[in-house]
Parts: sequence; structure tokens; C-alpha cells
Amino acid sequence: MATYSTNEFKGGLKIMQDGDPCSIIENEFVKPGKGQAFSRVKIRNLKTGRVIERTFKSGETVEAADVMESDMQYLYNDGEFWHFMEPETYEQIAADATAVADASKWLKEQDVCQVTLWNGVPISVITPNFVMLTVTETDPGVRGDTSGGGGKPATLETGAVVRVPLFIDVDEVVKVDTRTGEYVGRAKD
Amino acid sequence: MILEPANTSAVPKTDSADNNDWRPAASLEVIKIRAALLARIRSFFEKKGVLEVDTPALSRFGCTDPAIESFRSGYRGPHSADGLPLYLHTSPEFFMKRLLAAGCGPIYQLAHVFRNGELGGKHNPEFMMLEWYRPGMDHHALMDEIDALLAFTLDGFFDYQPARRISYRRWFLDATGLDPWSDSVSAFRQFAEQQLASVPASMDDTELDPWLDLLVTHWLEPRLADQVLFVVNYPPSQAALARIREDSVAVAERFELFLNGLELANGFHELADAGQLCQRFKNENRLREQSGQTVVDYDEHLVAALQSGLPACSGVSIGFDRLVMLAAGLSELGAAIPFPFQRV
Repeated sequence: MATYSTNEFKGGLKIMQDGDPCSIIENEFVKPGKGQAFSRVKIRNLKTGRVIERTFKSGETVEAADVMESDMQYLYNDGEFWHFMEPETYEQIAADATAVADASKWLKEQDVCQVTLWNGVPISVITPNFVMLTVTETDPGVRGDTSGGGGKPATLETGAVVRVPLFIDVDEVVKVDTRTGEYVGRAKD
Repeated sequence: MILEPANTSAVPKTDSADNNDWRPAASLEVIKIRAALLARIRSFFEKKGVLEVDTPALSRFGCTDPAIESFRSGYRGPHSADGLPLYLHTSPEFFMKRLLAAGCGPIYQLAHVFRNGELGGKHNPEFMMLEWYRPGMDHHALMDEIDALLAFTLDGFFDYQPARRISYRRWFLDATGLDPWSDSVSAFRQFAEQQLASVPASMDDTELDPWLDLLVTHWLEPRLADQVLFVVNYPPSQAALARIREDSVAVAERFELFLNGLELANGFHELADAGQLCQRFKNENRLREQSGQTVVDYDEHLVAALQSGLPACSGVSIGFDRLVMLAAGLSELGAAIPFPFQRV
């Protein structure tokens, strides 16, 4: 079992805590002049995304987490799993709903996503910051209104619903920021 | 964050113009503040008739305190063909006490000191310490002088007001409801487990001191923002080289100064008993042995100096770089030091 001592702690290091793989965000060395030294760290649970604080005595060791982040192409969804391919090796992996989570509403075939694997199994998927998606359903466009004020809901090809300006029509391709879920603009053709 | 190692990747830099590691980490403005503070400190002590001294950084003897690791070095050459192990000092304390025992009167020193394994936002393995000793003063008189020195030195940089004084016991009682002199280790564990985000897995119930340190760093210090506080009279187990006074309960005549939650100074009404000193050194080495740390050659010269007679005195050390941090309004120690560890 690989382990890390507190002296190896730094941002980005992957460690096991409470049975889950975690990533160190911040590591602070704390020590009274004449007393015990500690490492106070902020860590992100890579499965839940939750950030927690942990304190270790200097010199303690923790189990390393076998975590790999890899850029993979999204292929298709079979109703239960989302399938991704490593573009260099053509190796395919299947991610379940827990791993894909909210990313599912932005996943478009061919898009390259960042897939986090723990012991070879996908635990999270991060979509590109911006995706281009076709509008499948929305109220008819209001010609001439380019103010963008107000807006209306539009359903996209992935099932996501975003607010778009009134002039957007069905079959138009829009650019969306996946981090905020907000409409950014029309696709330039 | 300034203390993050910069450009330490294995790939050598091809464009040297991109590599700024040769530059000082402190701004020119901060370097000037350092110089101003040094000049003020020297002028303060000159007016008070305290003598500046300058003692060796290398010694045959090291610091036995299990919480402080000395850097080790060695000498080889004339008079030592086989090589002589040497320690870099972790404080100028031992040499200064030998001067005091030799009758030098009040002294101060600005010394670079070295502590292995200490690097972070408030720590650098090499740092500058202002240390001074006052024969004839108890620790309360010395605290008055610290107030005067800091008000004078920080004038125009930081509005220093004389620090409130609180006993270590009262400090803990007010913040935790627990008494370090009478409550059990398990009571402290219970408090830590309930109040802190987490408790280190390897903390056990054999010793109270690690729990006190955990609560000082994770619970009490963070509650000292915007406060200037002397914490006085430590548990005897944390006496270091302070006298122990036998009141209704035994207390170590040790104090620390916290400024906005930053530990800035540590001082003692100094232990002058050679027998007790020897016992403490040996006890610290025993603790080192128990925890698998290297045993340190303790300072026989200091024991001999106390045998010869150390005048009743108090002494204190102030982290000079932390003082610069406060004066310059910096949040990272590395920005207060011209060349912090990552740039040496």
C-alpha cells in the first residue's frame, strides 16, 4: 500500500480519507514554537466534491489514492452507462450515473471530457467549460428582438434546460457555460 | 502563495529570462522596513544600556527539546582530523547565558537561527531572532520592556498597545472551560473531537501536551485576531528553561506574546539551577529516545555556567521576521525575508 507522509503533502496530492479518494487543495504547516507540529489541510472528496478540513500530526502517514485524470471522448449512453474512449489507446470505459452526475446534461457525443478514475473506475466527469448544443424545444422566436432581455426556457439536445434570449429558435445551436449553466451566445456559423 | 516552490519541475528552464528565482522574494519596500526595524531595535537597546553581543551559530551541543530539530553539520581540518560533529544553533540562548554567568550584564542579540523541518506560511527553517536578557528582572518587568520595545519599534507601522496579560490556565478556561492543571486528557480529547474539524489519528491519551498544542493552534490562536496578549504561567510540562514556581499549583514562569493570533515572543524567568537544568536536558533526551528521535548532545558548558552561577534574570526571544510581517502588513512570512527557503 503506497503511503505519503505529511512532508509530501502539497496541492493536488491524492490521498484516501474515510474510504474515499481525496485531493489536497491546501496544506498549512502549524506549530507552536515549543510544541507539536501539525499539517492542517483542506481536501476535496473526489466522489462527492465536498471540501473538508483535516489535521495531521507532522510525520503521520496516509494511504495514497490511485487516482488518474484523463481526457476522454464521450461516445454514447446505453441507458445505464455513459461510455468514454481514451483517444490515444482507444480503450473504452463505462461510467455510471453517480460518476457522471450533473455532467450528464451537457454530454454531447464526441466532446472531450476530463474523467477521473480511481483504481481504474470512473468516479467523476467534468465536461468542457463551453459546449455547443442544438435547441430542440422552445417558444417560437421573436424576430427583431435582439435585446436579450427577459428570455425564455429552451430545451437542448441533451435534455438540459437553459434560459435563452427571445430571438432563439428551435434547431439553432447555442453556446452554454457548463459551470454556470448559462447561455453565452449563438454558435457562429 | 509565495511559499509554494516555484519552478521546481524536473524540466530545465530554457528561457532564463523567464526564471525569476534569483530575485529576492521580499519587495524593496519590505527590505527597507527590515532595515528600519533593525536600526530602531539597536537604538532602543543602546538607550537602555543593553549590550549587543554576537555569539557562534555553530556549537558542539544541540537543542534537546523534542519539538525542535537542530541542523547537524561537522568540522574537519586542523585540530580535528577525524571530524567533529557540530549543530547549528536553534537559538542563541546557551551562549548568551554563558556570557551572563561570566558577568556581562544585560545583553541582546540579533541572530539567524536554524530549525530543521519547519517550513510554512509562518515558518522558515532559517530565521532571525531578537533575543535579550535582563539580570535582576522578573518576567513581568521584562514584559513591560517588551511592550516598550514594540511600541517604539513598530511606531508608524502598527499601532501597538501594551498587551493584556492572562494566565495560561485562565486562557484555556475562558476558551474551552477546561483546566490544563486538573482536567483529564480524555476531557481535552472530547472537547477537540466535538469542536475541531478533525483530530489527528495518532493522538493518544498518554500525554496532555500534544492536546494542549492542538487546541492552542486550532482553537485558541484563531480566536486572537485583533488582540495583543501575553499568556503567562505555563504548565510545568511546558516549562522549557523557565523557573517553576511552587504556588498552590506549580506553574512555569514562562510567557508568550500573541499579536493578532501570531506567536511573536517566548520568554522565561530563567531557570538558574544547574541540577534542574541537567535533569530537564536528560528528560528531553529520554522523550526523544521514546519517540524514535535522535538523542542530542546537551550543552555541558551551559550546565557548568549555571553551576558557576547565573544571575537571577529573565530573557525573551522575538521572531524578527514575524515582526516585519506585522509592520509591513504581510500574510506570508516568505514575503518578509529577502531570500526565503525556496530561493536559497
